[in-house]
Amino acid sequence: MLTLIWVAAAVALIPLALVFAWILGAGLPAVSWDFFTQIPAPLGQSGGGMANALIGTLTLVGLASCVGVPLGILCGVFLSEYAESKLARITRFTLDLLTSVPSIVIGLFIYALLVVPMRGFSAWAGAAALAIIMLPIIGKTTEEVLKLVPDNIREAGLALGISRWRVIMSIVLKGSSGAVATGVILAVARAAGESAPLLFTAFSNQFWPSGLGQPTPSLPVQIYVYAISPYAEWHQLAWAGALVLVSVVFVLNLSTRILMSRSGVVRAR
Amino acid sequence: MSETKTDDKAQAKPAAATPVEPLLVVENLFAYYTAEPSVKNVSLDVRPNEVVALIGPSGCGKSTFIRCINRLHEEIPGTKVQGRVRLAGTDIYGPDVDPVAIRAHVGMVFQKPNPFPSMTIFDNVASGLLLRGGTKRRDVKDIVEDSLKKAALWDEVKDKLSAPGLSLSGGQQQRLCIARTLAVKPKLILMDEPTSALDPISTSRIEELISEMKKFITIMIVTHNMQQASRISDRTGFFLLGDLVEFGPTWQIFNKPKDDRTDQYISGRFG
Repeated sequence: MLTLIWVAAAVALIPLALVFAWILGAGLPAVSWDFFTQIPAPLGQSGGGMANALIGTLTLVGLASCVGVPLGILCGVFLSEYAESKLARITRFTLDLLTSVPSIVIGLFIYALLVVPMRGFSAWAGAAALAIIMLPIIGKTTEEVLKLVPDNIREAGLALGISRWRVIMSIVLKGSSGAVATGVILAVARAAGESAPLLFTAFSNQFWPSGLGQPTPSLPVQIYVYAISPYAEWHQLAWAGALVLVSVVFVLNLSTRILMSRSGVVRAR
Repeated sequence: MSETKTDDKAQAKPAAATPVEPLLVVENLFAYYTAEPSVKNVSLDVRPNEVVALIGPSGCGKSTFIRCINRLHEEIPGTKVQGRVRLAGTDIYGPDVDPVAIRAHVGMVFQKPNPFPSMTIFDNVASGLLLRGGTKRRDVKDIVEDSLKKAALWDEVKDKLSAPGLSLSGGQQQRLCIARTLAVKPKLILMDEPTSALDPISTSRIEELISEMKKFITIMIVTHNMQQASRISDRTGFFLLGDLVEFGPTWQIFNKPKDDRTDQYISGRFG
C-alpha cells in the first residue's frame, strides 16, 4: 500500500516535469532578444517577437489588479470580520460560485456587458474579465488568513479605544499582510495565464498597443493564435511564448511560497 | 510577608471608612448573552487608587461584569447590558457616549498575553496613541518609555525596542500589554485573570507591579487565585452564578465573611 502511495506521488510529478521539459526544449531556441523587443513580423517575413503581447499582458493584469486587488481584500475583510451577517453569507456563496464559473463564460458576460455597448474590443473589457477572475481568489484567501488572527487581538485593539475600522485595517490586516499578499500573487499568476476570457474582450492585435480602448494583445491569446497557425516559425514563437508565460507563473508561485513561510514566523519590521 | 500585609490592611481599615468620591459606580447592572442574565443586578463602587479583586468559580459572571465596564461586552453579537455605570461622574452607557472614547479611559489586560503580532515592542506600546491619533510623534517616544518604566519592563527591553513583541517571554509579554494599556493613560485598568497563563515568578512580578501601579491608577482584577486576591487587593467581591454575593474589605472577606456562601467558597468547600 505504501508503495502505491509513493507511485501515485511520483506519477503526479510526471505531468509537470514533462510539460516543463517539453516547453523548455521547444521554446528555448526561439527565445531571443527580438522576442522581447519586436512586434510580430508581417506574414511572409521572418523574425519578430511578442513584445506587444508582453506589454499587453502587463497592461491587462495591471488594470485588473487596480480593481480586483482592493475589492478582493475588502471583500475578504468583510467576510472575516462580519462573518455572521446575512450579507456575508450571500457574498461568501457568490464568491464560491464565481470561482467555479468557467472563465470563458466570464469572457462572454463581459462581451455582452462592455464590448457590445462600447462597440469594440478593448483593454478595459479584458481587464474587467480578469478582475472578475481575480476577485474570488483574493477574497477567499484574505478571509481565511484573517480568520486565523485570534479574537483576543481584536479585543485588545478595541480595549485601547481604537475604532473597529482601525483595528481591522491597522492591526488585523496589517499583521497578516504577508499572507494576504500571497493570495494577491496567486490571483495575478492566474490572471496572467488566462486566454479564454480575453478572446471576446481584449481580443488581440499584431501591433504595439495604441490605447486602452483598442484591441489589446496578450501572451496567452498570442500563443493560441500562433499555435493554430500553419507556419512553423509561428509555432516556434508560440513555444517561446509558452516558456515565458510558464516561467512568470512559476516565479510568482515560488514567491508566494517564500512569502508564506516568512509570514508564518514572527517578522521584525 | 503576607502577615505584615494583612496588618497593613487592618490598619488601613479605619481610613477606608472615610468617605471618598468613588471613581466608578455601578448600579443594578444586568448583562446578557441569552435571555438569561449572566450578571444579575450587580452594584458596586471603586475608589480612586484602589485595587478591587473579583473572585468566584468559573462561569460566575466576573469576566462578563468587567467587560461591561469598558463596553467590550456589547461587541459580541446578541449581547445586552442594562443598568448604570458611572465613571468619574459620566454615565458610560449614556445616549451620547461613544464606546470607543470610553475605552481610552478604561484599560484592559487580558488572560492570555496578546501583543499585536508583527508589531515591534515599541509599536505595541505606541499602538493606542498612534491608531487613536491626537498624540504628537515626538511625544510618543517619551510616553512609550514612561509606560514601559511604569510596567517594570523598560530595563529588559530598552536595547531592543524594535524587536517583535512576540519575541518576549510570556511574563514580559503581559507586562508589555500592561505598558500598552498605560500608554493611553486610562483612569481605571481592568484585569481579567492576568496571571493565569503565567509561571509563578512572572505572576509575582505582575503582583508587585499591581501594588506599584496603585499609586497612580485604579485597578479592578478578576482572579481565580484567592491567595492573589488577598495579597494584592484592598476590597474583594465574591461572585456566584451572576450575583455579587458579597463585597467588602479584603481582610473581612477572607477572615470574617458575612455570607455563608462566601465562607464556604473561601474555605474551599466548593468552587
